[in-house]
Amino acid sequence: MFSNHKYIAFETIVLREIRRFGRIWLQTLVPPAITIGLYFVIFGNLVGKRIGEMGGFQYMEFIVPGLIMMAVIQNSYSNVVSSFFSHKFQHSVEELLVAPVPNYVILCGFIVGGMARGLAVGTIVTFISMLFADLEIQNLFITVTVVLLTSIVFALAGFINALFANSFDDISIIPTFVLTPLIYLGGVFYSVELLPPFWKFVSALNPIFYMVNTFRYGILGSSDVDIRWAFFILCVFIVLLFTSCILLLRKGTGLRS
Amino acid sequence: MTTAISIQNLAKTYANGFEALKGITLEVEQGDFFALLGPNGAGKSTTIGVISTLVNKTAGSVEVFGKSVESHVYQTKLDFGVVPQEVNFSLFEKVGDIVMTQAGYYGLPRNLAAERCEKYLRKLGLWEKRNERSRSLSGGMKRRLMIARALVHEPRLLILDEPTAGVDIELRRSMWEFLTEINNNGTTIILTTHYLEEAEQLCRNIAIIDEGKIVENTSMRKLLNELDSQVYILETTSQISPGFDLNLNNASLEIVDEHCFEVTVSGGLSVNDVFAVFSEAGIEIDSMRNKTNRLEQLFLSKLESND
Repeated sequence: MFSNHKYIAFETIVLREIRRFGRIWLQTLVPPAITIGLYFVIFGNLVGKRIGEMGGFQYMEFIVPGLIMMAVIQNSYSNVVSSFFSHKFQHSVEELLVAPVPNYVILCGFIVGGMARGLAVGTIVTFISMLFADLEIQNLFITVTVVLLTSIVFALAGFINALFANSFDDISIIPTFVLTPLIYLGGVFYSVELLPPFWKFVSALNPIFYMVNTFRYGILGSSDVDIRWAFFILCVFIVLLFTSCILLLRKGTGLRS
Repeated sequence: MTTAISIQNLAKTYANGFEALKGITLEVEQGDFFALLGPNGAGKSTTIGVISTLVNKTAGSVEVFGKSVESHVYQTKLDFGVVPQEVNFSLFEKVGDIVMTQAGYYGLPRNLAAERCEKYLRKLGLWEKRNERSRSLSGGMKRRLMIARALVHEPRLLILDEPTAGVDIELRRSMWEFLTEINNNGTTIILTTHYLEEAEQLCRNIAIIDEGKIVENTSMRKLLNELDSQVYILETTSQISPGFDLNLNNASLEIVDEHCFEVTVSGGLSVNDVFAVFSEAGIEIDSMRNKTNRLEQLFLSKLESND
């Protein structure tokens, strides 16, 4: 095999993923932009004016980081889960499995593909948010790092969902019944300081709460959580999910009979 | 001679308890054109699945060009290409992209991938379709696309699982020519097929698999030599009288209509002896052909003896 064959295989998977979501941009890039644009208009602009301040910021400013993060999380996850499951469903995943591509290359290819869509939608949403709020990023390093790590976590989670999925219903259950509630309860629209102690404690168990607040810290310079703890949680999740994916691929779960 | 593929005591029991392979042993020499025949559910696709690592084996071993598919997984994968029975490419992608993507999985640099992509799409008559979505291809074109895809990394061993199923006769024959050409150029080919004529035409060696066991493994010539009778259909220019008979040992005659009859010849009797009888009776033969595929008879007899 050629000297840089693994890189070529990785690049092939990534470009194929980008081509896929680029080809169906009306389904992948436009709807989240419209949905989150509506959040800005309704919650940020109309309702937000009556709310006033949240966590020391105008309500519109407060929700912008959370909504950008929501777009990144949902799209990183859904790109990987829908793409990999489609490959399984059409059996085109066999093209990859019979080729000399190591499992970690397959996994990294799909993760970066998922990140590409998550970040593309995140960028679109960021531009839309600029129509409603003046964003001044307080800490670029934290902002970029947390969005990249979060995107990796949810791309990995989407990959596991796709491995176990046997039908198209199986790839919508987790986003609908787990991911969306966790995002909404992760402090996107409110500060955790408003909650009574019990719900504050429950929020602390929600990993998305840490991601949203760290991202908010990067943009606004204020957060409900200790960002060191947030980065630690993100790294732990990445290690656990990546290891799980590799073990599942090695075992052939959902792929080999 | 180098062994292209060596399968030793290969067994596979699926999770539902179905025993697809019951310890098969098989060797295919480098450069061979090998047929793996068997009825539906005999274990042909499972065998190919294990070789291509899509199916986890229960026991036994598989080596490709002397290397285990388990311990030398990436090296052995470079050595073979697989054309599966069912279409397994994305129906939303363009024809050219499918082949280029596969080349990328095998680590081919882009310029070499493009060169190979053009070479094999042209050879298989798909170059004009390279910018079309694969779902727009006909059934035969989809099969040819899978062959082009399997060849893009130029493997030493090509495994084809029923490649001409559902393909019309003209296209099937052009695929036979193509496969013969690449075999003549050194590529070892293993073919599973339901078309026994296909195996007889193309393959030098043959294994018959039934209920997860190899029931025959020999050369095509030896297998066909086992036949002790052949049935010919003869058409005549003159009318045949209803009471006409050959009066020959080891030959029997059945009149189909007044211009057509079947002759069964066995026991080393020459067709010339039969022609001599017709000549004496003043019957002029217009045409002659084999009634049934010879291999089909043998195939069925092997399966019957395995019951």
